[in-house]
Amino acid sequence: MWVAIGIVVVLVLFGVYLASTAGRLDRLHHRVDTAYASLNAQLLRRSTIAFELAMSGELDPAASLVLADAAIRAQENDGDPVDRAQPESDLTKAIVATIGSKEAVDLLFASEGGTTLGNQLSSAVHRTAISRRFYNDAVRACRAVRRQHLVRWFSLAGHTPMPQTVEMDDEVPSGFEGR
Amino acid sequence: MRVGIVCPYDWSAPGGVKQHIRDLANALQEIGHEVSVLTPCEDESDLEPFVVSAGRPIPVPYNGSVARLSFGPVSAARVRRWVRDGDFDVVHVHEPASPSLSVLACWVCDGPLVATWHSSTERSRAMTAFYYLLQTAMEKISGRIAVSEKARQTLVENVGGDAVLIPNGVTCKQFEGGAPFEGYPRSGRTILFLGRIDEPRKGLQVLLNAMPRIVDRYPEIRLLVAGPGDADGLRSSLDPKIADHIEFLGLISEDDKVRAFKSADVYIAPNTGGESFGIVLLESMAAGTPVLASDIEAFAKVLEHGTSGELFENEDSADLAAKLEVLLADEGRLQSLRTQGFRRSREFDWASVARDVVRVYEAVLQPGVKVEADFSGQVFGRFG
Repeated sequence: MWVAIGIVVVLVLFGVYLASTAGRLDRLHHRVDTAYASLNAQLLRRSTIAFELAMSGELDPAASLVLADAAIRAQENDGDPVDRAQPESDLTKAIVATIGSKEAVDLLFASEGGTTLGNQLSSAVHRTAISRRFYNDAVRACRAVRRQHLVRWFSLAGHTPMPQTVEMDDEVPSGFEGR
Repeated sequence: MRVGIVCPYDWSAPGGVKQHIRDLANALQEIGHEVSVLTPCEDESDLEPFVVSAGRPIPVPYNGSVARLSFGPVSAARVRRWVRDGDFDVVHVHEPASPSLSVLACWVCDGPLVATWHSSTERSRAMTAFYYLLQTAMEKISGRIAVSEKARQTLVENVGGDAVLIPNGVTCKQFEGGAPFEGYPRSGRTILFLGRIDEPRKGLQVLLNAMPRIVDRYPEIRLLVAGPGDADGLRSSLDPKIADHIEFLGLISEDDKVRAFKSADVYIAPNTGGESFGIVLLESMAAGTPVLASDIEAFAKVLEHGTSGELFENEDSADLAAKLEVLLADEGRLQSLRTQGFRRSREFDWASVARDVVRVYEAVLQPGVKVEADFSGQVFGRFG
């Protein structure tokens, strides 16, 4: 009799533990999703503004073309965290090369139209770096829980695919530091 | 944006974290955000309008000293009510790894949550034991900030993951006004030291060893020493010829600190180590007083390796004296340091810090989602 009660108690506790872990995992997946939505929005904003800047006539034609090309390639690859890393890194490099230096940024901010675009681009590159850091943080926390034995054995994560970090170059160009 | 900030420590007592939160709250409100600060509070009279008291803190022994903290069911209920009434877009907790309102807020909140790590602490045995509980509360934080590289290291080692580095700000406006002391500035030149007299790492000794050479070159020079410590003891141990050039001001108020900067031609920071940032340097630059500092890493970074302030070799009194002699004789360089220093201090103004913090908020915001109270969800998972 007592043994039976004991077994029931243990089973109930075990069930509560599983349920709470499932709840925790659910929350972590939600955090990954919202962090990715934010990163996605920032990356789109960044490429849109980079394209606008390329078309604005504030830069020389060669720089404009380089920037526009990188921006369009970045926009063509949306969605997948792994596939988009390369074109987005290329856009970062194009931004650094065309408008990243302190002199170039000072020159851009000398005109009124340039100031508006410059401020928008500055805010976009900063926010991209922040969002990617937070997204990768969320992925790391989620993967740590999903690697636990019990989570795997009872497939608490269901069919949700394993989240992937975004490994890209999101260096803030030196000219935009402190802006 | 509606922002809820949680302060873990008593609002009535002075302290770095409290001051940070007050300055941040002011800067956020200045750029048009609505802010409410929840904090334990010994003395509830005379609170700023944006501060909400969570009751009196309880003194408890924690981590080897007595801390004044808020916890328990009454505090948890207050946090829940504050979150429900606040209708916040984002909640920003400070020092979430302390057993305080901050960790309670992580526990209670559901929605966009940001946390700032201030201090660097060893991971205690209690923290290791409650790792699972802490971890589940920490996992809700979607954006992390560290105020220094050291604080970031603590975070990486104790809870894993990474953080965005946003250093403390300087209230530049506070250092713009203010008149020099009576009789200053002097034609015979004045230099300034700030900090504890008897704390070796503040480096007063390095400066004193350089004084004979400086006095040789500038016989009318005066050194102002502002900071607590045994001034009489120190004075009697000095060569009277040198002691005559030193004026001890003792511990001075914030207002007098501004006046001291305005009275000096050069502010000297001979710190030999242990500084993680260098707020005082920026305060001096905001007041328009050129800085001559030791070339320890933190200072070299703040002074942009010599662009916005002069550097001398750490612990080298001869180099200090040489650099100061050249600097005082070069009005062009002094003027350039005033301009560059002023520009540099602006980069660390609270307005810039607030802009960076808002970028973090925007990265974690979810359109149409407010922060809600969620206690049962934390404990019982899906049963809640």
